[in-house]
Amino acid sequence: MKHSVYSLDKSDNRKEFVSGMRDAIPIALGYLAVSFSLGIMAKKAGLNPFQSFLASLTCNASAGEYAAFSLIMVQASYVEVAIMTLIANARYLLMSCALSQKVTAQTSVFHRMAIAYDVTDEIFAISVSRPGYLNPNYSYGAITLAAPAWAIGTALGCMAGNLMPSRLVSAFGVALYGMFLAIIIPVGRKNKVVLGIVVLSFVLSYLSGVLPGISQVASGTRTIILTVAISAVAALLFPRPEDEEVAHES
Amino acid sequence: MSHNIYLYILIMAGVSYLIRVLPLTLIRKEIRNPFVRSFLYYVPYVTLAVMTFPAILDATQSPISGAIALICGIAVAWFGGSLFQVAVACCGVVFLFELFLIH
Repeated sequence: MKHSVYSLDKSDNRKEFVSGMRDAIPIALGYLAVSFSLGIMAKKAGLNPFQSFLASLTCNASAGEYAAFSLIMVQASYVEVAIMTLIANARYLLMSCALSQKVTAQTSVFHRMAIAYDVTDEIFAISVSRPGYLNPNYSYGAITLAAPAWAIGTALGCMAGNLMPSRLVSAFGVALYGMFLAIIIPVGRKNKVVLGIVVLSFVLSYLSGVLPGISQVASGTRTIILTVAISAVAALLFPRPEDEEVAHES
Repeated sequence: MSHNIYLYILIMAGVSYLIRVLPLTLIRKEIRNPFVRSFLYYVPYVTLAVMTFPAILDATQSPISGAIALICGIAVAWFGGSLFQVAVACCGVVFLFELFLIH
């Protein structure tokens, strides 16, 4: 597979930026719905709409913010919030490692720092499925739509959440999982190894929640343990050939 | 002792950013090791799958509607639904199902 060459040509950058924005439209809409339910949680934790807006604008994390809000609600210590944020967001560490391989070695520190601002499950997913190397302008286009949507949705949820019937809150609650499925299932359909790993992850995730011992471990920590263990075994048993990095693109 | 919300947010933001920026800025070379490459390729799929199930069953008022959302989400995603379409389909079935199930 031929990797397209990363280009600093101005016209290319503009095109990449627009592609990023286009691909982020469904993400931004999804973020509005998902962050709305996060805003409801922020309100319960005692944040006002501006504070919830600020938290989402600066953190860009679903599970991480949720976990931190639940700690703020019980007035936990700053250290606990820091550790929880670290654990709940540890997957972004892994995704950023993966992204470091998706940009060219020549990409400047400034670009790397800017892309890092919004490494989320969804933006990571569209970034890695770009053919060839990632042009930072593609990420900027996506971030331009996605980040404000995430922050505004959180503020709206914080303002209006308690006015919504519990039935609607319940329905909005699954939006996040729907987005996760939309990322993993299409790849699983094309790649049988990924499909097997997804099924195995479901089963082990369920078992780790009910089996004595491991079920006592906090769920964020369980996610990390399972992620590292399953991915490592998969990498050992099914190492990927060098040039198949972007094989799941359509 | 009462804590300052802005300090909480600053800590959340700082930790969230460091986690993302350190690998991107420190790993400047292409990783050649096939194991590490493969590992990094599988990570997002495993972590998203682990976070989805069984958590989706607890996200709704009834575990049954969560299960229906899961099946519906998988089906729509399998047949090519976009991110937005899958999310909306999941929300839709939960809303409709709970309308009839829970009075």
